[in-house]
Amino acid sequence: MLLIPCPWCGPRSQIEFTYGGDATVRRPALDAPEDEWARYVYVRDNPMGPHDEWWTHSSGCRQWCVVRRDTRTHEILGSAEPSRAPGQA
Amino acid sequence: MKYSIFSLARNARSYHERWPLAWRSPAPRPRYDAVIVGGGGHGLASAYYLAREHGIANVAVLEKGYIGGGNTGRNTTIVRSNYHLDPNAHFYELSLKLWEKLAQDLNFNVMYSARGVLNLVHSPADLDAAMRRGNAMRLNGIDAKFLTRNEIARSIPNLDCGADARFPILGGLLQPRGGTVRHDAVAWGYARAADARGVDIIQQCAVTGIRIESGAIAGVKTTQGFIATNKLALAVAGHSSHLAAMAGLKLPIESHVLQAMVSEPVKPVLDTVVTSGAVHFYISQSDKGELVMGGDLDFYNSYAQRGNLPIIEHVVSACLALFPSFGRLKLMRTWGGIMDMTMDGSPIIAKLPVKGLYMTGGWCYGGFKATPASGFCLAHTIARDEPHPLNAAFTLERFAEGRTIDEKGAGPYAWAH
Repeated sequence: MLLIPCPWCGPRSQIEFTYGGDATVRRPALDAPEDEWARYVYVRDNPMGPHDEWWTHSSGCRQWCVVRRDTRTHEILGSAEPSRAPGQA
Repeated sequence: MKYSIFSLARNARSYHERWPLAWRSPAPRPRYDAVIVGGGGHGLASAYYLAREHGIANVAVLEKGYIGGGNTGRNTTIVRSNYHLDPNAHFYELSLKLWEKLAQDLNFNVMYSARGVLNLVHSPADLDAAMRRGNAMRLNGIDAKFLTRNEIARSIPNLDCGADARFPILGGLLQPRGGTVRHDAVAWGYARAADARGVDIIQQCAVTGIRIESGAIAGVKTTQGFIATNKLALAVAGHSSHLAAMAGLKLPIESHVLQAMVSEPVKPVLDTVVTSGAVHFYISQSDKGELVMGGDLDFYNSYAQRGNLPIIEHVVSACLALFPSFGRLKLMRTWGGIMDMTMDGSPIIAKLPVKGLYMTGGWCYGGFKATPASGFCLAHTIARDEPHPLNAAFTLERFAEGRTIDEKGAGPYAWAH
């Protein structure tokens, strides 16, 4: 069972959360070329190791957070509210 | 040696102590016409069809562990071709046709059992979708039959078809030729048949790098040294992104863990494969008597080959809602396998944007049933350097071109398919 540290509620069981996928993809500018949009929509790094990913505490505070988790072991390395997560605006 | 009643009798006289090994374990040669990475069903089938259909037998299959020790040994052995969209329907129907003859073809008993695959219908919306898909299948020449609730209740007596069931059953879409195949036998059968045609199967040989010279494949670096080749194929579903990255490519794929589980073995209680899309559950009984069950992904990226308890609880509770009498059984074993989840739920069997590099992958939940057709089409793609008509739609470029093959209509969310 994953124990996900919600930045607002503290460590909570994974069943309270919904997964939102890779948190490192960035929406391109509206006038960006089509291949950049295709990469944004479809292509993923899919790393074997630490992965920054979106989770929403859907059965809790309903906030989104960024969790860093190792995809080889499921070990959770940390979490942050979106504005403080590395790489997030 | 050909397996037959005569070879069985002959070997019985020597107490079965003199059976020859089913395949050799050679050291890798310095160069091959083609190298296939991944010694699961797909890689071995590709090597077999390369040798049989295209006369290219100077081929190596590289396996980082042992033959069939990855996803080939972790799936739930179901085969079917009950797809709605044309590219999927035609491709999986080729696969099912190859399954039907595979034991004779390989001279190896793969235990294909056409016990039928039944998709339960629980709501009027389910009913419309099942009718639409069933009609599409029949237009594509694939067997499909709608069963009413009473017909299902008669043929599967331990399924709760009552009006007050937790998930009331309105009917179901049956593909009679669907069923199960013994998964380990598929790897062993293809390995033996490929080896007999001269293919080198090299186990305990992990690929650590891909050498590209002037935009073309020059060879692979492995834990057993460098192997030169101009045609390299990846058949490593679950780890396709990892291998493709060695060639500088990024794929529209995420790796996710899918769990399965078996009960303790019991006498025959279920003679068909039963699935429910609405409940996210499927079940069949193995020849050993175990009830084999599965459901959804764990829904987070993973390479860990193990999942977590919430999905197991979901699968077991779905099982008990549909089959209350199975409540006395003990769960014996659970395990996880890593899926290449593509952004449209369909596979990639294609030339990649490096000359001489090919892949079969992105199998999502459904790689096992595709094994023969995947090998057949990949072999054609490698030998001719162009796709077979049946895998021409499964390109890497289809995403950027807007030609996705989204059977479920779920959109670009890898874990939603």
